[in-house]
Amino acid sequence: MLDALTPMQDATAAALDVRDLDIAYRVRRRDRQVIRGLSFRIGQGETFGLVGESGCGKSTVALAVARYLPDNGRVRTGSIHIGGADALSMQGEALRQFRTRSISMVYQDPGRALNPSIRIGAQMAEVFEVAGVPASERMGKVEAILNRVRIVDAGRVMGRYPHELSGGMLQRVVIAMALAVDPTLLILDEPTTALDATVEAEVLDLIETLRAEMGSSVLFIGHNLAVIRRMCARVGVLYAGTLVEEGPTREIFSQPRHPYTVGLLRCLPRPGLSKHQTRLDTIPGFLPTSLADVKGCVFAPRCGLAQDICRTTEPPLIPVSEGRVSRCHFHEQAPDLPRTTPPAPPTDRKKVPAFRPVIRADNISKTFGNAAAPVYALRDVSVEIWPGETLGLVGESGSGKTTLAKLLMGLTPPDPNAIIELNGQKLAHLATARQPAELEALQIVFQNPDAALNRSQTIRGIISRPMKKLGGYRGAALADKLRGLMSHIRLAERYLPMRPRQLSGGLKQRVAIARAFAGDPRIVVCDEPTSALDVSVQAAILNLLADLQAEQGVSYLFVSHDLRVVRYISDRIAVLYLGRLMEIGPAEAVFNGPHHPYTESLMAASAAEEASGQLRLKGEIPSAMRPPSGCVFHTRCPRKIGTICETTEPELVQREGDHGIRCHLDLDQMGRAVTIEA
Amino acid sequence: MGLYRAIFYRLVLAVVTLLLLSIIVFAGCQILPGDVGRAILGPFADARAVAALNHQLGIDRPLLVQYWSWITGMVQGNMGMSYTYREPVAPFVIQAMLNSMKLAAIAFVLVVPLGILGGIVAALKANSWIDRTIVIAGLSATVVPEFVSGIVFIMVFSIWLHIFPLTGTAPHHAGPVTQIYYLLMPSIPLFMILFGYIARMARAGMIEALNSDYTRTAVLKGLSRRQVIWRHVMRNALLPTITVIATQCGYLIGGLVVVETLFNYHGIGSLIFSAAKAKDFPMLAAGILVIGTVYVSVNLIADLLYSALNPRISFGGSR
Repeated sequence: MLDALTPMQDATAAALDVRDLDIAYRVRRRDRQVIRGLSFRIGQGETFGLVGESGCGKSTVALAVARYLPDNGRVRTGSIHIGGADALSMQGEALRQFRTRSISMVYQDPGRALNPSIRIGAQMAEVFEVAGVPASERMGKVEAILNRVRIVDAGRVMGRYPHELSGGMLQRVVIAMALAVDPTLLILDEPTTALDATVEAEVLDLIETLRAEMGSSVLFIGHNLAVIRRMCARVGVLYAGTLVEEGPTREIFSQPRHPYTVGLLRCLPRPGLSKHQTRLDTIPGFLPTSLADVKGCVFAPRCGLAQDICRTTEPPLIPVSEGRVSRCHFHEQAPDLPRTTPPAPPTDRKKVPAFRPVIRADNISKTFGNAAAPVYALRDVSVEIWPGETLGLVGESGSGKTTLAKLLMGLTPPDPNAIIELNGQKLAHLATARQPAELEALQIVFQNPDAALNRSQTIRGIISRPMKKLGGYRGAALADKLRGLMSHIRLAERYLPMRPRQLSGGLKQRVAIARAFAGDPRIVVCDEPTSALDVSVQAAILNLLADLQAEQGVSYLFVSHDLRVVRYISDRIAVLYLGRLMEIGPAEAVFNGPHHPYTESLMAASAAEEASGQLRLKGEIPSAMRPPSGCVFHTRCPRKIGTICETTEPELVQREGDHGIRCHLDLDQMGRAVTIEA
Repeated sequence: MGLYRAIFYRLVLAVVTLLLLSIIVFAGCQILPGDVGRAILGPFADARAVAALNHQLGIDRPLLVQYWSWITGMVQGNMGMSYTYREPVAPFVIQAMLNSMKLAAIAFVLVVPLGILGGIVAALKANSWIDRTIVIAGLSATVVPEFVSGIVFIMVFSIWLHIFPLTGTAPHHAGPVTQIYYLLMPSIPLFMILFGYIARMARAGMIEALNSDYTRTAVLKGLSRRQVIWRHVMRNALLPTITVIATQCGYLIGGLVVVETLFNYHGIGSLIFSAAKAKDFPMLAAGILVIGTVYVSVNLIADLLYSALNPRISFGGSR
């Protein structure tokens, strides 16, 4: 009687058909609407992207489609059909069958998506178990599907536990598991957000290939516009639970017709753009706190084009052209949305004639572990940062970026013989041994402001503490100093008595920056300061950092995995790989090339978000416990010339000007990564 | 290889812990007020007789010498002579320990499965009336002191209803069934104290595991609810509970003083209680050290069990 329980599937029906979907969460006995009137359709074999910033409701859509809304979530009205079958009415055994055969889901963190205490093979075999495959055939099928996602040593991987595999490998396992039964609909919810750029490129390639091979229909959810542009044929832009624009991806991204889409695209630093050329545009204001109170267009309060009609009458989805709709009364004017920030870059630079670097780190090594099994986190790294300059630090995870930042801050001591100088004065290796003035001069902004700010203190307490402790400010002088800083950071004084949890992510990061600038820092280490933020907030923070630099002549060590952000904010770039400095030089020279093969690969991976067929790094970063002989990059190098690479470690040689590259190749043999113009 | 090294390391740590405990116990017994000889011989004894007895017991020697002879004896299984009984301490301590372990074992066998089951049921029915009942009942039972619940049980079940005997001590040569029957009521106060802890830990672990991404993966695979819970939720959920149970085991052995005294049961708790009253230093010290040893061993076993069940903990730290 299994047939009666299997959902009715129609081969010609849309893979996913969402109509007038309205979802609310029950919070404190009141319905909080999160999705309103959402309709879209994914045809057989089509890839549809749903894009939006955090809080727009895109993950809620995914969970509703998979019938996995949290207990307090409820579909109030509307319908969801998958392959013609009504997903919302299914119960019990039919729902289980539906999950087995009709949908699969891949989400952000593959490390958490797999059960930590079950071996990979056994977890994957369950998929075949529920599909009714006899026990004796399951492991063979698992191996086959692992081979399909290009895992070479499938047998070995099957015997491993999740924590023994890298993030990229885990995500392949999850993808393999999702595709094992050839579902009607594959939901990918930010599938590469937690991965390194080089790994992300590989995973995207894989998804693209498999999709083409299997003809799967895909709902791709993401915030990274570049990834969506590459992966999806059509895209829907979600804002505050409302679909504001929908159509073919290339058209929408090249000629957006909704002010929100326009604003979102302007927030992104274009490839090659630098802070000296133009400020980034931002989207002012915040998401509406309650959708129930919204009259008229949801975006009107933040829109530069809004007229009276926008505040009273909600626009329908207006056809713009063939297969394109925009929920805007003035969609024709959307491309002319006025800028919210002046385009001119900050110019009043407090240019100090610099005769020595503000910080100089010479011969820095860091060895973890014991003498028997040393782990070289950093080897002989020397960098200097000049006043008013930003040094960008890039490399995959495990390359030593954060270790270097921590060493400069004195949070962990380097190996003996290292020299760290601040304005020509030797610095103690540990922060606890440094003078108050030295501590004040060297500050840090972390990636996650939630973890960095003390939750139990007010904003006033957080910011004024370093002023009191390090600067000795008291009373009226403290109040003056605080007010001055708040206006510099563009942080309204009404936030002072609040606590961090009352602020949005962007405001919290502003507070973290204010804290760093509370003394008069000479150098601020920014460790992935915008990675946890939405693009519109990221743009505002980058503008702020650039402005503060222009006003105060401060220097930054800017650590990030996002090459476009690094390019935008940095004057010089340093590239780390397995703790070695592979390349260092002016941002333009490093980016335009010719560059080190590793830098070239990183840039190709970044560009791969937008296009396939780029140069790929093979495999993963080797363990720092057993670094390769000779040039540490030779195991993955696309331009390896021969045995010399395996036996002799090249020197960091100055090529042109102060552009240093650690490679056996001559300058004219090195490549230039293709940069894609936006 | 790493595993054996880690076990060795933990063992060394356990020995150091016990050594420290022995120093504290020894020092503590020194500052107990009163003169041992005087305490034994009574207030009317001759001062010279008291001095002679103190000399005979060896407590007029320097402290370091006393400690050394005591601890070396301890390691060799010679726990010294009881001041009160003038007999070797060891048989008393061993018998009391065995008695206590019987009581603890019964409480343990009752509370661990029921506590875990209660936590699991509460988590699966989170925020329902069943959940609230289990959580509130567990919490209420935990805060009732043993002597209160113990006295109430004695009143109700022994004195009024005559269902259970008044004491925990079964008659001589009673069979195991009778012994268990005698120990049931003393174990109930212990059960009440521990049930809440264990159920709450199990509930928290279950809820965390139920809300995890891997549980979502398992559900979306199309596994049945039973399969999801047995294969994916349980094991990860109950790992932290093991640690709690282990510490509670220590409590069960060491915290029996009140219950054993109340039910007139000759276990290690009532032994050290009376030894402390009588200033019977060798008996008291041996009792405490034995409890410490049990406590440390149980925790060691729990650590090893935890790591055996959790593939993420590989001793030695390398992948």
